[in-house]
This record gives sequence, structure tokens and C-alpha cells, in this order.
Amino acid sequence: MTHATVDVMRPPYPTERGLDVYNTKLGMWVFLASEVMFFTALIGSYIILRFGAPGEWAKPGIVLNIPITAVNTFLLICSSVTMVKAYATIADGEGHFFRLRPGARLSERLDFGVKFWMLATIVIGASFVSIQVYEYLHLVHRGFLPSGVREGSELAELVANGTLPAATMGLYGSSFYTMTGFHGFHVTCGVVSMAYLYFTKTLRGKYSQQDYRGIETIGLYWHFVDLVWIILFTIVYLI
Amino acid sequence: MTTVAATAQVAHGHHDDRPFIRKYIFSTDHKIIGIQFLFVSLFFLLLGGLLAMQMRWQLGFPGKPMPGGGILPETMAPGGVILPEYYIQLVTMHGTFMVFFAIMPLLVGVYANFLIPLKIGAHDMAFPRINMWSFWTALAAGLVMLASLFVPEGAARAGWTMYAPLSARHDYSGAELGQELWSISIVFLGLSSILGSLNYITTVINNRAPGMTWFRMPLSVWALFITAILGILALPVLSGAAIMLLFDQIIGTHFFDPPAGGQALLWQHLFWFFGHPEVYILILPAMGMVSDIIANGSRKPIFGYHSMVFAIISIAFLGWIVWGHHMFVSGMNPTLGSSFMVSTLVIAVPSAVKTFNWLGTMWRGNLRFTVPMLNAVAFVAMFVIGGLSGIYMAATPVDMFIHDTYFIVAHLHYVLFGGSLFALFGTIPFWFPKMFGRLMSERWGKIHFWLTFVFYNCTFFPMHILGMAGHMRRIYDPTQYDFLKPYQPMNEFISISAFLLFATQIIFFVNFWYSLFKGKKAPQNPWEDNGLEWSLPSPAPHGNWAATPTVYRGPYEYSSPAVTEDYLPQYRKLPTDREPAMAPVAGH
Repeated sequence: MTHATVDVMRPPYPTERGLDVYNTKLGMWVFLASEVMFFTALIGSYIILRFGAPGEWAKPGIVLNIPITAVNTFLLICSSVTMVKAYATIADGEGHFFRLRPGARLSERLDFGVKFWMLATIVIGASFVSIQVYEYLHLVHRGFLPSGVREGSELAELVANGTLPAATMGLYGSSFYTMTGFHGFHVTCGVVSMAYLYFTKTLRGKYSQQDYRGIETIGLYWHFVDLVWIILFTIVYLI
Repeated sequence: MTTVAATAQVAHGHHDDRPFIRKYIFSTDHKIIGIQFLFVSLFFLLLGGLLAMQMRWQLGFPGKPMPGGGILPETMAPGGVILPEYYIQLVTMHGTFMVFFAIMPLLVGVYANFLIPLKIGAHDMAFPRINMWSFWTALAAGLVMLASLFVPEGAARAGWTMYAPLSARHDYSGAELGQELWSISIVFLGLSSILGSLNYITTVINNRAPGMTWFRMPLSVWALFITAILGILALPVLSGAAIMLLFDQIIGTHFFDPPAGGQALLWQHLFWFFGHPEVYILILPAMGMVSDIIANGSRKPIFGYHSMVFAIISIAFLGWIVWGHHMFVSGMNPTLGSSFMVSTLVIAVPSAVKTFNWLGTMWRGNLRFTVPMLNAVAFVAMFVIGGLSGIYMAATPVDMFIHDTYFIVAHLHYVLFGGSLFALFGTIPFWFPKMFGRLMSERWGKIHFWLTFVFYNCTFFPMHILGMAGHMRRIYDPTQYDFLKPYQPMNEFISISAFLLFATQIIFFVNFWYSLFKGKKAPQNPWEDNGLEWSLPSPAPHGNWAATPTVYRGPYEYSSPAVTEDYLPQYRKLPTDREPAMAPVAGH
């Protein structure tokens, strides 16, 4: 474990005073602003299309499997908790959870704690993506496509007997797959980035109380992706 | 902290031993990335001009074989006569290349990269590697767009605004791959702009040199900073829209497909919600850099520095709430239309503030009509014409009449060519010495300027009259309408002027390339400017300064009584200057 002499988290000012945060964190906040606009474009379009749709929207729960997605939502929220635990371990020195053996030094406990919590976040994030892939495969199998309902499928029968509205199934498929697909893409990017940081930095003990920029920055991204999912789950699955 | 008034040691301070490929190709140096953007976007500028020339041939001399048109394949121009389906590709790709791959990267890609660190005293961008990716993503987008010209059914055909459902349905547009490549390219371009913008914003906020307070920043940096904020918020919306369009095209979604419940107007809203901030992305950097050049060429402080800054901010803010003025005839509720009209007209106020400040800066100044200054003054004049014709179109009743006519073509070329491009003809020679260490030829620059100025006005001013006469915007053959026949001589005049205008640009390109290798060696501060970048040798070395520079004053201290010279650089320390007080290290 390296002990940097400069505390990069609280930078001294070699430059004119800026926002009192290090560049990576500021850059991530700015990037998240653009992500907000991106998802707003997708979600806003969904709202406009749904309210302007030529007829009823499919009732929730007929096409989509809400229980399994609810479990998935719970998983993703848990991953935000583990992310915060990783952050708290390294940033605040909250190492009491890991008393490996009596008398273990704080730095050892912190080192183990951050490795544990980051791994937990990666594993839970990857599970979310896996469950979403399973959900997609299942939906496609039942005949739910981005272009609408496949001819001769299980859902096509529900459309034929009037359980599902024929006029809006195309829009339903378009917006469902685009929004949740791009969210899944973002989760995947997050998992890949965290795994990369895990092997190049976390496992090698590159993070310390003086420098945990990678964990804080990827944490910001991760919480954002989680937040987007809570909105998506509400407006796509529940309403 | 030492001053960098004498920086002769800097050139030797950094011995640059990076291999060629790291130095010039996959470089993370903000100056090299700016120069890479410069070459690539000048290429696209030339290409966009070539496409425009073909359009002008068809409009001036419809149905006649185009000289040299024989090299085009049968599907585009059999025997050199341009086909309607090729003409609409020309219209689409001219707009696309000029807006997304010429003007936008020339203003933002080149100058935000090159100028921001040099002008605020940073050693590089906040994220040099992300900056490199921003260039390579933009290049990939450009190459995809370029490739779409050569696919079997030809390039995209729905105009640069890509209105749905024409763009979304292949059976409507008749071009499959071309339309899809357009969408893919725009998604990449959006990504590139987002990566670039987050870099510019972070750098300006966090990496300013000691003493470079917010209100000591040159107006060019202010404008580029505000532009970056517009870019980071507007481009993702375009990316989202382009992704939905791409999905409509390739996986059969129905976002913009009315028969399946989609909404064609949704595309217009998304596009113009991006598109109007984009308009200011295309003009604000030009305004900022022109402010620098005009103060320099007038040897006077800029008139109303703070009001200039707040005008930039208010133009940028108002730019978010005016997008509906592009859609007055789309069937919009007239009450909603009037609110868009009012918000649009309000933008005239900060624009006029800027214009009068430029005039106030020049008023009784000691004017030096260098090539950059000539072009900057032309920018002001042409921007006034383009701005005033904008007020016509902002007024809903007038817009109903002139919507989608040549009046709008005249207006947008007055702001984009007369505005942005004239500004660029000023900024390129102005910062050429700091980029390449040589000066561009003044004499040929002046010849280029005057010829461009005359032919430019001959080309675009008559378009106002054509538009008032009802000449439609993307029409293939104006002679098919009786009411346009009397105006055909005017169309011929415009076309000939346009050819001469294009030919004049050869002077610029020859001057540019000749000066690159054989131009006069540039001194450190050829324009006697105040900016921090002139404290460096020409060309500026890798890593910029050996030690972080210190800033003692604002950027427009020309003709200051404190010194004998008529300029007082930001980095020059007078005996009365105190070192900037550094903020204490925060303990949070």
C-alpha cells in the first residue's frame, strides 16, 4: 500500500482556485449532466409517444415479468449500498466491519474491506445484466420485439383476443427495448470499468485514504445508473 | 512563482523525445489535437464547398451538363446532368458536412483545444487522453459520413435536418445504407462533442493559472466555455434522437413512423431542441475570438467586458427556449408559437449589446487593418445583416410567408459563412504563428479577404430577394415554375458569383499551405497581443510553460498609460503588481 505524501483528494492549489474538487470528479459530474440529457431525450420521447398514442397502452404485467424485474431492481439498489460501503471504507476509514483477527491493523482491515465491497458491487452489477439478458430472451421468445409483436407468437394470440391493444404494441416494443437496452448498456459499461479498476488498482492496493479517486468517481456513475433504473422501473414496468 | 515575460529558456526546457506516432498521430497534446482538427475540418470545408458548387450549377443552369460532371456515375449525373435524387443528396450532405464536420470542429474542435489551455495558463487539458479520443471519434464519424457518399443508393436524402418520416422509412427516402450511415455518424459525432466538452468545462473551471480569475479570462475562453456547456447538454439529445432514428431504420422500431403510432413531429422537436443551442455553438466561439481580435486591432480595451460576458451567457440560456421558431408552420398551436416568437426576439437584445460593444471598441481606436482584423470587422457587419434577417423569421406572421424559401438560405449563410467563416478567416492567420511558427502572407490574405467579401455578398445577398419571390429552399429546378422564371437571371448571377467565391478560396488554401512550409518566421508576439499564449515561443512547445505562469491583469489592457508600449500583457509584472493571493488549502 502506497502512502502518497500529497492528499490528492483535497488538492492544494497550484492553480487558480476552481471548484475545490479534483478534475476526475468534476469531469464525471459534467459527464453525468450529459447523461441526464441523453436519458431525458429517450424518456421524454416515451412519455410523449405514450400519451399521444392512438389508443390504449398495454396494461403492466401482461407482457413484462414484474416480479423478476422487481428482484433485479432490489439487486441494483443493493449494489449501490455495497458501492457506498466501499467508499466509506476507504474514505472514512470505516473498518469495523472487518475484524479479521483481534489486533489487525486498521490499514489491513480497510484494504480487505474495499476489496470485498468492490467485488460485491461488480458481482451484483453483473447479475443485474445477466437477469436482464434472461428477461430479454424470454420476452423475445414470447414474441415481444422492438418492432412490435411477432406473428404467431404467444403475445400475438393475446393481441388477437383483445387482451393487448394492437395499435400501440409497436410503440411499446420500441420504447421498452430502447430505454432499458441503453440502461443495460450503461450498467455493462459500469461493470467493465469497475472490473478494470478492480484488477489494475483495487487488488494492487493502489487506493488509500489519500487517493481513492477511482472509487469515488465510478461510484458517482454507478449511483446515477441506479437512479435512472428506479425511474425506468417505475414508468416502464409499474405504470 | 516567476513571471514568464522572458521565456527563451522554455524552448529548451522541454526536450520532446516522444516517437513520431505519439507526437503527431496519437497525440494527447492539446495543440496537436487542435491542429489535427484543423486539417480534417478544412478538408470537409472544401468537400462541402464542392457539393455546393454542384448545387449552384444545377440551380443556375438546370438541365445543362455540368463541366467535369462526366466523371460522376450514371446514377448521379448521366452525361453530367444532375439527377433530382442526386441533387437532394447534395443538399443534405452539403449541410451535414458544413455544420457538423466543418464549422463546428473548426470553431470548437480547433480553437477550444488549441486556445483554452494556452489562454488560461494550463499545461494541457484536464483529460488529455479523453481529448485524443474526442478527435478520433470525430474522425471516425467524418469517415463514416464520407463513406455514405459512395454506397450504392447514394447518401442520405432527407436534408441536413433529417425530418421524419422521410428519413425514418427506407421506402420513402429510397436510400437505405446512406440514411443509416448518416445516423451512425451523428451518434459518433455526438460522443466526440461530449468528450470534448467535458474536457473544456473541467479545464476552464479547475486548471486556470494563478491570477486568472473568471473575469480576467479573455472573451474567447468565455465563449468557448459557454459553448462547451451548450455542447454537453445539447449533443446528447441529438445522439438520443439519432439513435431512435437509427433503430427506426435498422430494427424496425416505430418512434417516427405515424402509421404505427409514432410521431414525425417528435423528431422535429428533438432535433431543434438540440438544433437551436447548436446554432449558438456555431456562432458564440466566433464572437468570442472576434472580440479578442477587434480589441487587438483597435489597440483599445474591449468596450463593456462584463456586458460581453453576460451577453454570451444570456444568448446561451435563451437558446434553450426558442427551438419552436423552426417549426412555426408545422401545425403548432399559434399561442405556443407566439411565446417562441417572443423568446426569440429577446435574443436580439444581448446580440445587439455585443454588436454595439464591438463598435464601441473600434470607435476612435488606433485601428490596424491586418488580415485578422479585416475579417473580424467583416464578421460584425455580416452578422448584423444575418441577425436582422433572423428577426424577420422570428416573427411568426412573416415566417409563414418566407418559411423554407431562399430567404432562410440567405439568412443562415449570412450567419454561418458571413459570421462564423469570416471569423475563422480571421482566427486562422491570427493564431497560425502560435501553431506553426510562421506567418501567413498579409498581401495574399488581403486579396483573399476582399475578393471573398465581394463574391460572398454577390452570392448570398440576392438570395433574400429570391426568397421573397417564393423560391423554394430545396427545389431542384426553379425554371419549372412560371412565377420563378423571371428570376432565373438572378439565379445565374448567384451561381457565377458562387463559382468565383469558391475559386477565391484557392488563394486561401495556397496561402495556408505555402506559409506552412515557406512562410516568414514568426516572432514570439507578432500581433502585440496581451494573451498568455504569446508569452510562449512560436510554435508553442510541448507542455506549454516550464513553470506555471502567473496572471496579473485582464486580457484587454491596450494603450495603458502604465507602460510605454500600447499593450500590457496579462503575464507582464509591473512593480506595482502584487502576486495573486492563493486560496488557503481547503480542509473539508
